[in-house]
Amino acid sequence: MRRRLPWSFWLGLALVGLLLAVALLSLLWTPFPVGQVRVVARLRPPGGANWLGTDHFGRDVLSLLMVGARNSLAVAAAAVGLGAALGVPLGLAAAALGRWGDELVARLGDLVFAFPAVLSAILLTAVLGAGAVNVVLALGLFNAAVLARVTRGAALAVWRREFVRAALALGRGPLSVTLVHVLPNVLGVVVVQTTVLFAVAIVNEAALSYLGLGVQPPNPSWGKMLGDAQTHLFTAPLQAVFPGLAIALSVLGLTLLGDGLRDWLDPRHRSSGLL
Amino acid sequence: MLAFALRRSLTLALTAWLATIVVFAVLELVPGDPALLMLGVNAQADTLAALRAQMGLDHPPVERYLRWVGGLLRGDLGVSLTYARPVADLVAERLVVTLPLALLSLALSTAAAIPLGLLAVARRGRGGDWAVLGFAQIGVALPSFWIAILLILVFSVTLGWFPAGGFPGWEAGALPALRALTLPALALAIPEAAILARVTRTAILDTLGEDHIRTARAKGVSRTAVLLRHALPNALLPVATVLGLQLSFLVAGAVVVENVFTLPGLGRLLYQAIGQRDLIVVQGVVVLLAVFVVLVNALVDIACAAADPRPKAAS
Amino acid sequence: MMMNRARSFAVATGVFALALVGGAAAWAQARTDLVIGMSLEPPHLDPTAGAAAAIKEVTYANLFESLVRVDSSGALVPGLAEGWTVADDGKTYRFTLRPNAKFHDGAPGDAAAVKFSLDRARGAESVNGQKGYFASIASVETPDPRSVVVTLSRPDGLFLFHMAAGDAAIVSPTSAATNKQKPIGTGPFTFDRWAAGDRVVLTRNPEYDGPKPALERVSFRFISDAAAQIASLKAGDVDAFVQFNAFEALPEFRNDPKFAVTVGTTEGETLLSTNNARKPFDDVRVRRAMAHAIDRKTLIDGVLYGNGVPIGSHFPPHRAGYVDLTGLYPYDPAKAKALLAEAGYPNGFDATLRLPPPPYARRGGELVAALLAEVGIRLTIEPMEWASWLDKVFKGKDYDLTMIAHTEPLDIDVYARDSYYFNYRSAAFVRLEEELNRTQDPAARNALYGQQQRLLADDAVNGFLFMLPAVTVQNAKISGLWVNRPIQANDVTGVTWK
Repeated sequence: MRRRLPWSFWLGLALVGLLLAVALLSLLWTPFPVGQVRVVARLRPPGGANWLGTDHFGRDVLSLLMVGARNSLAVAAAAVGLGAALGVPLGLAAAALGRWGDELVARLGDLVFAFPAVLSAILLTAVLGAGAVNVVLALGLFNAAVLARVTRGAALAVWRREFVRAALALGRGPLSVTLVHVLPNVLGVVVVQTTVLFAVAIVNEAALSYLGLGVQPPNPSWGKMLGDAQTHLFTAPLQAVFPGLAIALSVLGLTLLGDGLRDWLDPRHRSSGLL
Repeated sequence: MLAFALRRSLTLALTAWLATIVVFAVLELVPGDPALLMLGVNAQADTLAALRAQMGLDHPPVERYLRWVGGLLRGDLGVSLTYARPVADLVAERLVVTLPLALLSLALSTAAAIPLGLLAVARRGRGGDWAVLGFAQIGVALPSFWIAILLILVFSVTLGWFPAGGFPGWEAGALPALRALTLPALALAIPEAAILARVTRTAILDTLGEDHIRTARAKGVSRTAVLLRHALPNALLPVATVLGLQLSFLVAGAVVVENVFTLPGLGRLLYQAIGQRDLIVVQGVVVLLAVFVVLVNALVDIACAAADPRPKAAS
Repeated sequence: MMMNRARSFAVATGVFALALVGGAAAWAQARTDLVIGMSLEPPHLDPTAGAAAAIKEVTYANLFESLVRVDSSGALVPGLAEGWTVADDGKTYRFTLRPNAKFHDGAPGDAAAVKFSLDRARGAESVNGQKGYFASIASVETPDPRSVVVTLSRPDGLFLFHMAAGDAAIVSPTSAATNKQKPIGTGPFTFDRWAAGDRVVLTRNPEYDGPKPALERVSFRFISDAAAQIASLKAGDVDAFVQFNAFEALPEFRNDPKFAVTVGTTEGETLLSTNNARKPFDDVRVRRAMAHAIDRKTLIDGVLYGNGVPIGSHFPPHRAGYVDLTGLYPYDPAKAKALLAEAGYPNGFDATLRLPPPPYARRGGELVAALLAEVGIRLTIEPMEWASWLDKVFKGKDYDLTMIAHTEPLDIDVYARDSYYFNYRSAAFVRLEEELNRTQDPAARNALYGQQQRLLADDAVNGFLFMLPAVTVQNAKISGLWVNRPIQANDVTGVTWK
């Protein structure tokens, strides 16, 4: 059927590239030292030395946003990485084992899906305490369930194909078939799913940091910046715009990239933008 | 078909049961003593012990779990530790906020999405289509809690049309109550509408390729009539499916958005109960939400299986 | 809004001169309803079974009465007891109750109810958060329905003060069990309804035997979000917001003649509480270095927008006996670094700062971390819910640093407690405390308080930061709201509209 116009994919790539570049740049340079507090210069509007203004402690908003990009990416990458490390092997194993193994993975998935990701993260941070690491754990668990399900579905389809049957007939064991034939063929689906989960992780991290459960100060986070901005809506309304814009552009970039990749890998697949 | 539904119901029950174990076990591990929280820094050891006994926390965990699950099976969710009221009453009281909020946002999102989907198809490849696709792409990228803050900024802080938070209660009249729910519902509805608009567009495009539509077109039925009378009804099943699947996201979104607007709904009850270590309330609400999500997923599965017997192999 | 509408209507009918006068007269009929905004919703409404401040902030003096009552200046005045006498040995208190006091359900507010309440609070089944207040009671007798004789096992200088607390509210045996949801007291207001998550409504008690309040209806609305608090004041949904903490909005309210802003005192010494038993905080040089590194002015500006008074030790400036020690450790990062180097930390050190939920702690903690970072002390912030904070920090003493306001009146004695979470041990301080307990003369007591303050400041036990302010933003036409908060209460019995 129809191929997605390439410009949207490139736009996605550009946005994600920009995000990465900003995050990397923040390691070397920010307009102001990121934690520098200057209470006398607080809640300045954009313009002047502080291009995007200052927050309620007089910290430079642009610097906070730049380092926030790094934190946001780090949490999302860790959550997706953890999800892939757990979920992909589980999904492959479920498809290879069939029967009981398959059933077990499916039921575990049901259990995880019964709790919306943000909900389980709230519960988990109540047990383990708030903080980036525990958010990674909670989101990682959810991602693992999603990736296990997706990998299993894709792997089952590969197992039914001719060349796998041929390999089995030649006496290859399930492990070797999985590694040699199944894994390379499900990788595309996994990568596409990963970009989508990456976007979801960025939003969820922001939501949890907004609630005060995620990345902790002095580390800046977009979600926490939004939470702080909400208390200053009357005095500094623009503070509520920039961090949200950063989140939205990152997510937009990742979904565009994911859609583009999906169409490229499988032109027959209609991109629905869903998990 | 019946066998599939039966099997699905069994796994549903299994999942719900496992969920009660997980929730209970997790909450056993939560640090903090509900009695100490209630009585504060000057509480004496004997007072704390008396309160713990009053709360029933002096029994071993297994016994408390069995008692709680036994209550659940009889439809008894227990009594809140902080509010000293039946959890069922608390839930009912909060549902009158959360349920209208969810329904309102569902209504708003479908009311926007279906016309948008139709518009995109009608203007396929032209400006209207691109506008809808753009909205869909951007709308999905907007976190609902940011939309919520922006809505407060524009409609409460700047224009003063809607309250910035809180809920006056239905006894204050339907109008003030709906006014308080409008912005939160919009915040939830916008990303939802974006997803649904795109699904609607794709689903209608799919049905347009089917034989009976071509026949209708060949018989001279107008393009609009075909869209509305033939393509749209057939496209509604996939839209409803996605809607069902999105419900769990709606639940999670409602937890956050209720906190942005400080709406006394189920999500805020849950969030506060965690802070207050009102374990009975947390257990009850989480299990109710989990069962709801699982139930909706199962219904979607069964509906899909009924409509199309093919995917019974895949889960 | 209403006023404007009435005026424009009058102008439109062409009899404006008369109508304006008449209108003014009609509107001079003062309003008798009041909506008070509070940040936190109480978990329930029984002050004898919970420590949450919000419970007392709704019920104290409005719904429930204690034998004695604290007024807006912090003085003890009659409550349910219209008078009392203390025997010379300081151990026998005789309270005379108001003759016609009645609970809202009609039960008598008599000596039997007082005996029931006191015995309940000190009994084995008691779940009173301040059971210690009743520990000195040996017996409660009721010679007649209007008289209560309380015999103490030892003289207790704070006994009357404790009997004035919300925790010592007098409840009725007929309703004590259901007060959490349906509070029934002897106060001038009765409980009307509680819309969970939104408001508690009280109405004037027509049967009240004392002076009737001017207000007929009082609602306490719970709005936790700062932007929503500001919006509700501006829209007139709330007539007064107590303990308002969106400080950045105060200049705007001050400039608006429709509003009045008051900044009063509380008993809340806000501290950077320090675990004196843990390395490196067991070294007084490190604690002094931190005192030099924390600029109180920046902190007060940053957290309270200037609406706070700095402290140099654990004592409120508005109390007699206060010694100003704020100049002991002037802000001096270079000196802080030198002290750290002397203590063996030339490159600073890492530590954690565990923060409870209140905004002053979360914001203040962020600023403290930024200030200490400048001298090389790198803090990891761990936000905590109250339950975890109480369990781990307060009870478990498992922390390096935390930030918290100590809101109890005259609580400098906590430094004499061995098991207190500061882990501060000072024989000198304990000796001073023992002497204080033996001393009755106010001047001598104040001198001892002064010595205690100096000792704490000298040892730099904690970071002594500022007094938490009591900020109220209210409609300018309201009078009679408390400016200061000597105890946790929103006593609205004296509130009137102009």
